Amino acid sequence: MFTFTLRRLLIAVPTLLIISLVIFLLLEAAPGDPLGDVPLTVPPDVKEKMRAALGLDSPWYVRYVLWLKQFFWVEPLHLIDHLFGTSLGEGMQRVISFQSRQPVMQIIAERLPQTLMVVGLAYLIGVMIALPIGILSAYRQYSWFDNLGTFVSMVGFSVPTFFTGVVLIIVFAVKLQWFPSVYDTTLKVTDWASFKAQLRQMVMPVTVLALYNAAQISRFMRASMLDNLGQDYVRTARAKGLGERVVVLVHVLRNSMIPVVTVIALGVPTIFGGAIITEQVFKVNGLGQQLISSIHANDLPMVMTLTFIFAILIVLFNLIADLLYGILDPRIRYD
Amino acid sequence: MPDGVAPVLSVRGLKTVFRTRGGEVHAVNSVSFDLRPGELLGVVGESGSGKSVTMMSLIGLLPSPPADVRAGQVLFDGADLLTCGADHLRGVRGAGIGFIFQDPMTSLNPVFTVGYQLREPLMTHMGLTRAQAQVRAAELLDLVGIPDAARRLKDYPHQFSGGMRQRVMIAIALACDPKVLIADEPTTALDVTIQAQILELVRDLRHKLGMAIIWITHDLGVIAGIADRVMVMYGGQIVEQAPVQDLFTRPRHPYTRALLKTVPSVRGARAEKLSVIEGQPPILRAAPAACAFANRCPQAFARCCVQNPPLYPAGPGHDAACFWDFDKDAPKDG
Repeated sequence: MFTFTLRRLLIAVPTLLIISLVIFLLLEAAPGDPLGDVPLTVPPDVKEKMRAALGLDSPWYVRYVLWLKQFFWVEPLHLIDHLFGTSLGEGMQRVISFQSRQPVMQIIAERLPQTLMVVGLAYLIGVMIALPIGILSAYRQYSWFDNLGTFVSMVGFSVPTFFTGVVLIIVFAVKLQWFPSVYDTTLKVTDWASFKAQLRQMVMPVTVLALYNAAQISRFMRASMLDNLGQDYVRTARAKGLGERVVVLVHVLRNSMIPVVTVIALGVPTIFGGAIITEQVFKVNGLGQQLISSIHANDLPMVMTLTFIFAILIVLFNLIADLLYGILDPRIRYD
Repeated sequence: MPDGVAPVLSVRGLKTVFRTRGGEVHAVNSVSFDLRPGELLGVVGESGSGKSVTMMSLIGLLPSPPADVRAGQVLFDGADLLTCGADHLRGVRGAGIGFIFQDPMTSLNPVFTVGYQLREPLMTHMGLTRAQAQVRAAELLDLVGIPDAARRLKDYPHQFSGGMRQRVMIAIALACDPKVLIADEPTTALDVTIQAQILELVRDLRHKLGMAIIWITHDLGVIAGIADRVMVMYGGQIVEQAPVQDLFTRPRHPYTRALLKTVPSVRGARAEKLSVIEGQPPILRAAPAACAFANRCPQAFARCCVQNPPLYPAGPGHDAACFWDFDKDAPKDG
């Protein structure tokens, strides 16, 4: 397993380099100009100077290599400085956002908690409700519970979150006024009242996302359980005189979790991507919202860095999913 | 049937129906038989004749729906297994009645060690601790002839060959010293040499442990080798039952006769063609009102198509459900 992990990590290096190049070239090829919002009254020679100040006058490969150096060398040094109070990265140019002139990583660090709090919690809740629903639906296939579950997950999966989000806002924020429609990031949880306020503003975005995630994962769980419930070893377990609870929750579940765990692990990177649309709808200023606004503003370093971080997470969680698969299924050995 | 010993398992009028979209299928129709202690009862018949379904019905292993055990009595240890309730039945399964299935490749759970799967019945039924169960599990593996038993308990099923897995299945079935072992085509999925080893093992264990065995198979050669008594099934009914010697020398049902003819022989002149029974076993949409074999039977006459023959005595411990009298070569009277 160790050699496998090491090999996979080594393979990930060229993979990620190629991905970074592709992202960079795509952003190069995309229409739009970081200085597009500069008023027309600004003379062209001033504009040229502004462009040079952003480093946009050098050819793309120079800028790409510069970005690589900043991302893989300067930023880690700054992280070390930040953690241990050293000054290794002092004076080195970090990845800077065109928009706010702040280091990109600093913005990401500010935004990440909001995203994790809302999207991460929604994912967690989604998984936790999806698993029991999937198990019970499969065990009682075609029962009213299963049919209801099928219907709800079909709706949850096929109705987009920007629609359910808006519906919830209209019903619960506008008409009933139970929850605020805008997520207030400046809210600090200091006492009971602010904690309740935090909970209230999280309810709707978390519900929308959790439903969406649960719909998907419960279907996987159900299908996987059904695959296994009909297996011969289940009959053997019953013939041994084991109780239904043990048969289903030990024998069948352990086998059914193998593909589902993979799906859950592969879904984790999407948390960091922030549910881009849901964050927009509820005005949660997390990473997803940051990505959208950066794209609008042609903030190349920000878009490049964020997208690349998502790519790293996807590669990483693919590896984690593979490793989990090997741990859960004794038939799979990587060495 | 000779008296004296009380049967260990007694089945009376068992009826099992499958509810399907196309209507009901009567898979088991009024099956009655007794199993004596220490006896090896062979059950033969084509695929779809109701052998497995009958045995699975006994201890509630059929998924319901679609299966529905509709009538009958299954007496085991003084209780009727069809009415005793789920908890009692669970106590019987694996403890009083052991089961071996056809395909050892899929009958073991792939993600648990063999030791875990062996300990389960021991801890559930005999109340052993984990450590005690582990010791007993190793003994059991040793008993079924798996070398280096204690170490192999840590292995997963995929690390065993097919024959070894079937040995593990046998060990699991025997874990709690059952009085009855039901073996549902346990050698069908194995190649011939392994099959012989498994047969030898079961014969050996039977003498060591003294349990009664029901051996389901469609292989008459296997039956001839190990059974004391044979039950031939067709259309969800017992059409003939007899001591093994008697069945092979004096078959009294045309289906049994046809089955015996289909066994290819390596002795004598080489047959040009394998002998077959033309047609298919019936899918019974209703309880049979006529002989289920009539449309494939060379002896069939008018009565066979309007009346279902009951079991007629044909010798000591030998019954056959046929209107034809093979001794006189004429229809039976009455």
